[in-house]
Amino acid sequence: MSLKNESRHSAWVRVSHGLITMSFLTLALTGIYILMVHPRLYWGEVGNDLTPAFIELPISRNYQHNGWDNKIAFFNRSDSPISASRTFDIFNENGWGRSLHFLSAWVLVITGLIYLVLGLATRHFRRRMLPEKRSASFRQLWSELVDHIRVPWSVSDGRQYNLLQRISYLAIIFVAMPLAIMTGFAMSPAIGAAFPWIVSMWGGTQSARTIHFFASIALELFLIVHLIMIILTGFKQNIKAIIVGK
Amino acid sequence: MNKSTLISRRQALVTGLAGIGGLLLPGCSRPTPPNYGNLLRMGDNLTYIAQRTLLPGQSMAKEYRFAEISSMPATGTTNPSRSNENYDKLLRAGFADWQLTIEGSVSQAGTLTLSDLKKFPARTQITKHHCEEGWTAIAQWTGVPLSSLLQHAGIKSSARFVNFHTYDGWIDSIDLYDAFHPQTILAYGMNGKDLPVPHGAPIRLRVEKQIGYKSVKYIHKIEVTDAFMDQGDSGWAWYNGI
Repeated sequence: MSLKNESRHSAWVRVSHGLITMSFLTLALTGIYILMVHPRLYWGEVGNDLTPAFIELPISRNYQHNGWDNKIAFFNRSDSPISASRTFDIFNENGWGRSLHFLSAWVLVITGLIYLVLGLATRHFRRRMLPEKRSASFRQLWSELVDHIRVPWSVSDGRQYNLLQRISYLAIIFVAMPLAIMTGFAMSPAIGAAFPWIVSMWGGTQSARTIHFFASIALELFLIVHLIMIILTGFKQNIKAIIVGK
Repeated sequence: MNKSTLISRRQALVTGLAGIGGLLLPGCSRPTPPNYGNLLRMGDNLTYIAQRTLLPGQSMAKEYRFAEISSMPATGTTNPSRSNENYDKLLRAGFADWQLTIEGSVSQAGTLTLSDLKKFPARTQITKHHCEEGWTAIAQWTGVPLSSLLQHAGIKSSARFVNFHTYDGWIDSIDLYDAFHPQTILAYGMNGKDLPVPHGAPIRLRVEKQIGYKSVKYIHKIEVTDAFMDQGDSGWAWYNGI
């Protein structure tokens, strides 16, 4: 099989790449809107404005708003959990934000499953992504990393992925994406009731939410590096390859 | 292409699409809320059908120990007295004159007082509230299983939805699947005391397998219907198990 006659990206790779890109961008944007409604992250099962957060993000007017009155203790003891009524008109666009997030998640999950099945069936992952034994070494990885920074335009002709590309694509497909999806499932009350292990494996709903946030940050960082490399290694050619295949 | 590949690309595609088709099929016989031609509501309905089809039967939401009860903010309406004189009057009398109306597709429509409700066998559960905003809280809820109340009122076999009318002018509904779930209760107690006003006194709903806003507060009327009672597109998902 000659690489010259083979299209750089087969049709199913191009279609699934397009669908996953669109759904990921929508998920990232709506994810930011959803986070802005409650820009606090916690660990464990429970976390709310009346419990301590381990990260507070100054990304909306809801940040440390302090609009609470009517504080009451539930029990007659000094360390009793409390309740308070919110008096502050919070930023909240979750009506469309959440529904659009889940609609995009449907596209991502269904496309992702088809992509996984086809990737295994056509040996796409094995042929193009699994590092080849002869080239898989830390020395190779280091020299590619240095090349990516010093002479980025020379590192890839796009026909064969280099070691660094192979490892990062595998990490995105088999680690970061599944992590984001599974922690997303863990936040669903219906799924959590049906499969309690999906929640407990992360240590609780709020831990899952925090990991979901960091998984999305990892995916967004990948996207930025991916875009930089596309531009530096021949923008026109790369875009053409992922849209029309040649 | 390599002929020895066990699963061909075509086979994989056909199997995958058949799987998705199978997911959508049961939806045809299941009443779904209107989507108003809104793509987002279509996605919500897909989630509803998928969760009802794929998730196992009447699984129970996790219950916690008393020591795990946490602080819990009160959000949305926190006191209907400000806008509803009738509620204000009932509150001042300690809800002694409060009545819950049950009507619609039931053979014995009528009203129940708070002490009538407390005569039903009670259920107490310590569960986690998932707020749509992103926060969670654990609290103990005591009340009447909605299923007991619906059976007491003689719910008809044609019934499909249970609608809740509230003092703050809200109407929301759940399907019978949630209505008859063992943890779906009309709570009059929270953390061992009467349900506080900010959390929905005298009674609120607890629907433990959906997002918090489905557990509506300040209920005064339950209306059982055969068809979905269309309140128009609120901009929020009607089903929210996700």
